[in-house]
Amino acid sequence: MSGAITLLSCGPGLTVQDLGRPGLASVGLSQGGAADPLALFEAAALLGLPAPAACLELAGSGARLRLSQDHRIALTGAPREARSDGRALRWNAAHELPAGAVIEIGAAVAGVYAYLSVAGGIATEPELGGRGAHLAGGIGGMLGPGTALPLGPDPAPGTAALALPLPDRFAGGTVRLIPGPQSRYFDAETRARFAATPFVIARANRQGATLDQDPPGAPFEAALAPAGLVSEPILPGDIQITGGGQAMVLLAECQTTGGYPRIGSVIPADLPRVAQAGPGTALQFRWITADEADLASPPEAQILRALRTAARPAIRDPHDIADLLGYQLISGMVRGDEQEDA
Amino acid sequence: MTELPPPDTAARPEIVAMGLDALVVRFAERFTPEANAAARALARDLMAAPLPGQTEIAPMLASVLIRFARGQTTAAALGAALGARLAAPLQATATAGRIWHLPAAFDPANAPQLAEVATLAGRSPGQIVEEFCATELTVLALGFAPGQPYLGLLPEHWQMPRMEALNQRVPPGAIATAIRQVVLFANASPTGWRMIGRTAFRPFQPASAHPFPLASGDRLRFHAIAPAELAALIGAGDPMGGARHEAAP
Repeated sequence: MSGAITLLSCGPGLTVQDLGRPGLASVGLSQGGAADPLALFEAAALLGLPAPAACLELAGSGARLRLSQDHRIALTGAPREARSDGRALRWNAAHELPAGAVIEIGAAVAGVYAYLSVAGGIATEPELGGRGAHLAGGIGGMLGPGTALPLGPDPAPGTAALALPLPDRFAGGTVRLIPGPQSRYFDAETRARFAATPFVIARANRQGATLDQDPPGAPFEAALAPAGLVSEPILPGDIQITGGGQAMVLLAECQTTGGYPRIGSVIPADLPRVAQAGPGTALQFRWITADEADLASPPEAQILRALRTAARPAIRDPHDIADLLGYQLISGMVRGDEQEDA
Repeated sequence: MTELPPPDTAARPEIVAMGLDALVVRFAERFTPEANAAARALARDLMAAPLPGQTEIAPMLASVLIRFARGQTTAAALGAALGARLAAPLQATATAGRIWHLPAAFDPANAPQLAEVATLAGRSPGQIVEEFCATELTVLALGFAPGQPYLGLLPEHWQMPRMEALNQRVPPGAIATAIRQVVLFANASPTGWRMIGRTAFRPFQPASAHPFPLASGDRLRFHAIAPAELAALIGAGDPMGGARHEAAP
């Protein structure tokens, strides 16, 4: 253990998160983990970590925290105003802070989930192979003021502070979709109408985001589904259509099985864009093929490699690299894939 | 937009892609005991003898979820291997499982919809409780919430639909029924199923060495106890709630 990070004050929705607990669907526990896992890969790239570590997820509200020892931190996910002892802290960047430093993170301005990572990671005792709270599953819970979380030792102390350009996934937009096991229960016209419909987020939490049509339109119906459809497996990204014809994108803490038919599934690369869309944010869907999705959504190791390549010393003027947007990160990943296959 | 295959009407299982790193083997679109047994048998077989690249197996009510590592295999390769596995008799033999005995209370406070269920089934509340406790139920699948079992099947006249309006909140340990099945709730939850009893047993025990006490294929019987006994079991705070189990003969 290497000291602690103490919560001095915070709003609701602050939890420890990591990449979740894979492999427990057979006993009814969804993977859980960070609502925006890409933010954990960004933090790992910024801090020079071999893999994402357990960190703090701030859903919407801000927080004040204090470090008991010198530590390197990274701020990723939905951009917030952040300061430490009077000094502004650049977002999507790593910072070296001294013992006793107080970190202030403001409330959400765009997006929902912000992440504070410490290089040594949060070193609480793992439960069922993970450290994160799974609120729907009844594992862990939201943290309140006064909580002190143990930190692990920095695996790469002295690493130069890096920064990444601000991603563009915090204001809704177009989300890519692939068909799933139940898409055929929706006729071709309904599936086409789904992609032609402007949606807004009605309400959302770590389990899922419920969508309203904007302007209101006819409900979506699984007209081809047989009566009495049995519950089938659910994975994050699935879009279930409830009895009333409303769409819900399932997120990290979704149930593992369910009886509502699912029209399709958001590709992993675009799911953070949904999770980061707060109430009222506009979203639209676009069908792509599974092959296109495979290219657009590289495996996690490639994501981390591409982010490491994109990270630059933080001392550079952010305007120098402001043109390195998310789309270019994606094409970087695709190039990595091709080299590996060659 | 991609063209989708036509609905499958044959009895053979179909293999469909789910997301970028999973396949679903679907034995039936509607629940049947045969499809449920087939799903559990395939899951056992794949857990005992994994296919290349397979990372996770989860049996559901009438299907099996198979996740894979994208770097190690592809949906097409794994689908072909699965097809071959399904074409031959499954190797893993059915395990006998365990028989669980769970004390439960069925008084009006703990069984708010027992009278409604009795009316729908055309029996008296007393007959319903008697029948319920006399039926040896099987864990058909765990799902929806951690450790939470789907149990079945109850006799034919328990075939009743889910409610139109949800139960806004049933407590942990709630025993609820619909469509000849039973769910034993792990956490307080909204549900469309009718609550006909309550147990102090918790199907998810995070602080225990075995957080998920039940397994697919286990068998289970409820035993009626007085409300005061249930209150005492809940008050004692033991997540086993007076449950005991024995090896199946």
